[in-house]
Amino acid sequence: MSAGVKSVLAEERAGDRPGPGVTPPGEERGAKRGRRGGRSGRGRRLPFRPTLLLAWAVLAVVLLWALVPGLFTDYSAVSGTPRDRLLPPGGAHWLGTDELGRDLYARIVHGAAHSLSAAVVAVAVGFVAGTVLGLIAGSAGGIVDAIIGRLVDVLLSIPGLLLQLSVIILLGFGTVNAAIAVGLTSIASFTRLTRSEVVRVRRSDYVEAAFGSGGRYASVLVRHVLPNSLGPVLSLIALQVGTAIIAISTLGFLGYGAPPPTPEWGLLIAEGRNYIATSWWLTTFPGLVVVLVVLAANRVGQSIGRGAQAGRIR
Amino acid sequence: MSLLEIESLAVSYSTAGGIRRAVHDVSLAIEPGQTVALVGESGSGKTTTAQAVIGLLPENGRVERGRVLLNGTDIAGWNERRLRAVRGTQVSLVPQDPVSSLDPVQTIGAQIAEVFRLHEPRDRRPVLPRVLALLERVGIDEPEHRARQYPHELSGGMRQRVLIAIAVALHPRLIIADEPTSALDVTVQRNVLDLLDSLRREFGTAVLFVTHDLAVAAERSQRLVVMRDGRVEEQDDTATILQAPGSAYTRALLADAPAFSTVERVARPAGGGSSAAGGATTEAAPPTAAPPALAVTGLVKEFRRGARGAAFRAVDDVSFAVPAGTTHAIVGESGSGKTTTARMVARFETPTAGSIALAGEDITDARGAALRALRRRVQLVYQNPFSTLDPRQRIRDIVEEPLRNFGLGDRAARRDRAAELVDRVALPPSVLLRHPRELSGGQRQRVAIARALALDPAVFVLDEAVSALDVTVQAGILRLLDELQRDLGLTYLFISHDLAVVRQISDTVSVMRRGRVVESGPVASLFADPRHEYTQQLLSAVPGAAVPGAADALPTPLGDRR
Repeated sequence: MSAGVKSVLAEERAGDRPGPGVTPPGEERGAKRGRRGGRSGRGRRLPFRPTLLLAWAVLAVVLLWALVPGLFTDYSAVSGTPRDRLLPPGGAHWLGTDELGRDLYARIVHGAAHSLSAAVVAVAVGFVAGTVLGLIAGSAGGIVDAIIGRLVDVLLSIPGLLLQLSVIILLGFGTVNAAIAVGLTSIASFTRLTRSEVVRVRRSDYVEAAFGSGGRYASVLVRHVLPNSLGPVLSLIALQVGTAIIAISTLGFLGYGAPPPTPEWGLLIAEGRNYIATSWWLTTFPGLVVVLVVLAANRVGQSIGRGAQAGRIR
Repeated sequence: MSLLEIESLAVSYSTAGGIRRAVHDVSLAIEPGQTVALVGESGSGKTTTAQAVIGLLPENGRVERGRVLLNGTDIAGWNERRLRAVRGTQVSLVPQDPVSSLDPVQTIGAQIAEVFRLHEPRDRRPVLPRVLALLERVGIDEPEHRARQYPHELSGGMRQRVLIAIAVALHPRLIIADEPTSALDVTVQRNVLDLLDSLRREFGTAVLFVTHDLAVAAERSQRLVVMRDGRVEEQDDTATILQAPGSAYTRALLADAPAFSTVERVARPAGGGSSAAGGATTEAAPPTAAPPALAVTGLVKEFRRGARGAAFRAVDDVSFAVPAGTTHAIVGESGSGKTTTARMVARFETPTAGSIALAGEDITDARGAALRALRRRVQLVYQNPFSTLDPRQRIRDIVEEPLRNFGLGDRAARRDRAAELVDRVALPPSVLLRHPRELSGGQRQRVAIARALALDPAVFVLDEAVSALDVTVQAGILRLLDELQRDLGLTYLFISHDLAVVRQISDTVSVMRRGRVVESGPVASLFADPRHEYTQQLLSAVPGAAVPGAADALPTPLGDRR
């Protein structure tokens, strides 16, 4: 970039800024007063956002299901009463029972632990690997960036489900392996996002200033580049939790995930499929729970993303 | 009857923190054919006032009170549809930023033609000849060719001309020009302002000229309205205000505006700086026959466009020497290579050829550990105070960081040093625990200076370090820099496009153009007697140059402008 372009850009950046609210000639006052609103239309905002509140509530309940299922149901998730098989939703069994007389509500509640822990493992795999790769690609640049970029392209070009099935066949069946497989497919998006953020932050004046005050490469990366790049990545984490739950349920449904007695959500739907003509509740309720949790995770991710965006504008 | 009358206008914004009033009780009037300048610092409400006139407030803005009389009709409460009929035909706007105000995917011809299509849809006359005539009128060469170009193919000055063409297309009675030249170089600025002036005379259009630059306002307006904190501080004929400013605030503004400043720099003796002030000078050079603190010889920087593209010489054979304790300024317009030169001196860029010496020691090829050690001797202060501080760090951590990088002192010692540095740049100790976003631009720039001071460097490279700041803030930073230089014997390389500022702070100066130094020498003699044609051009384009001296006696040429 030529010096001219660079300085023009710098001037623009300085000029665009809405500036601190009121800067009296005394100069050293006024910074904390309100900022000019800008054109962002921040005006018409409710003090709280009901959908966001609801989304957090859904996630909180599901998290509690996973941590302390005993608080929510007294029924066992694995052993049923054969006499009570295929009961429709009612007073004793809120969401009905399955073909072995197991309480469906209890199975969904206990299944939360399986589905959520699998989702957390999956997202952790994707986040850790993706962030490290993205940080390396974005900060090293050049040939390293190009190689990582092409690897990510390859990863993205393989359909997610196909890749997950292949990985599971290699690693063996099971919840953890399914989670790792799902995590592997999300590495690509984490890498992409982290890389673009790192590239943006890397070019900023304060990173150069950090080098200018004698910062070593690694310490500048850890102290300045990484923390300032993570905002949008955090919102991707929330989004990926939703996607991972779907993916894991899909694998469970296809029989590649947890083995049968486990009340994993995808498996619940798969088992209920056989009775769909007579017992609609067996597929509908687990399905609804998955949909709700995924929507809630998306909503929360969206709001974190906006928060990160707003924080950046400041 | 006045063309435009604003009566006790109040505008407020609703923000996350509640409703905030940006303009309280502003009244002013504009006569046909008159230029009224609305002057104030950022946040004074001048732009808000201008936007309220044509109903272009941001979504969260609202006119609370007051009337906006255009030809005697109150248009303050009008809806979008009615205002649309007024905009362009009666009142038009020249926006500030020529880069973002034009549609990047339409040719400029199409964008000008749009004005005619929108407002005169039944007019059967072909539009193109009118577009071309207009382009020619605003001084754009080869209008047929330019009309087919896209905004990115034009320079900033030309884009601003296009915006002016759009604004005057329908011969409005009033043009609102919101900082129309703030993003432009001085010579370009003068041309654009001349154009506005001549259009005003030709069509009898009135101009409401919003600017933070008092010098420009003084030169171009018949009436001056000084705003502060959303209120009118003072308004009168320009000449009257300049001669006898009524309010203390206006006097302060006038005193701080570099163009009017009478502050003459007392030349620093080479090798100066009293080491008595804390002995903070690093390895002070021997007093006599010392090599200059900074010497640059035959510096060249080439950038390559693409893998095998032609080399572009951003800096071409630049040489200068700065004696210790003095200030050398590099002036030039954007693209002149001054910033690249600064970055090479601070060693953020590696020169293609030439050498850089610090106190006689060649640092051109410093790498690795040597380069890192060099950071203790040369520090760069950036232009934009909003981007040079990590938004996630507290001020204390920012100022301490250089010390931590070099493992200087233990935790407690570093804390003390940070507090001392913050005090040194005249900030209250309370800022130590704040984050950058809680500080104003001037305060942030002071923090940046404190951070640069932390390692006791000998040389400061100041890259447009005060250009983004309001005049009073700017004056404060300049005073601070001057004081630091006196006390610590610092050597400054001061990069600026603002000749008025340069006159205040530098001992010697190099004028750069297209990568080359066209003229250099002591500031006093070079400004008094510029030899090179380009220097003369630059000096004469400085706004307020025609308005000599300070706020006292002003033999003003403004009276005969009408």
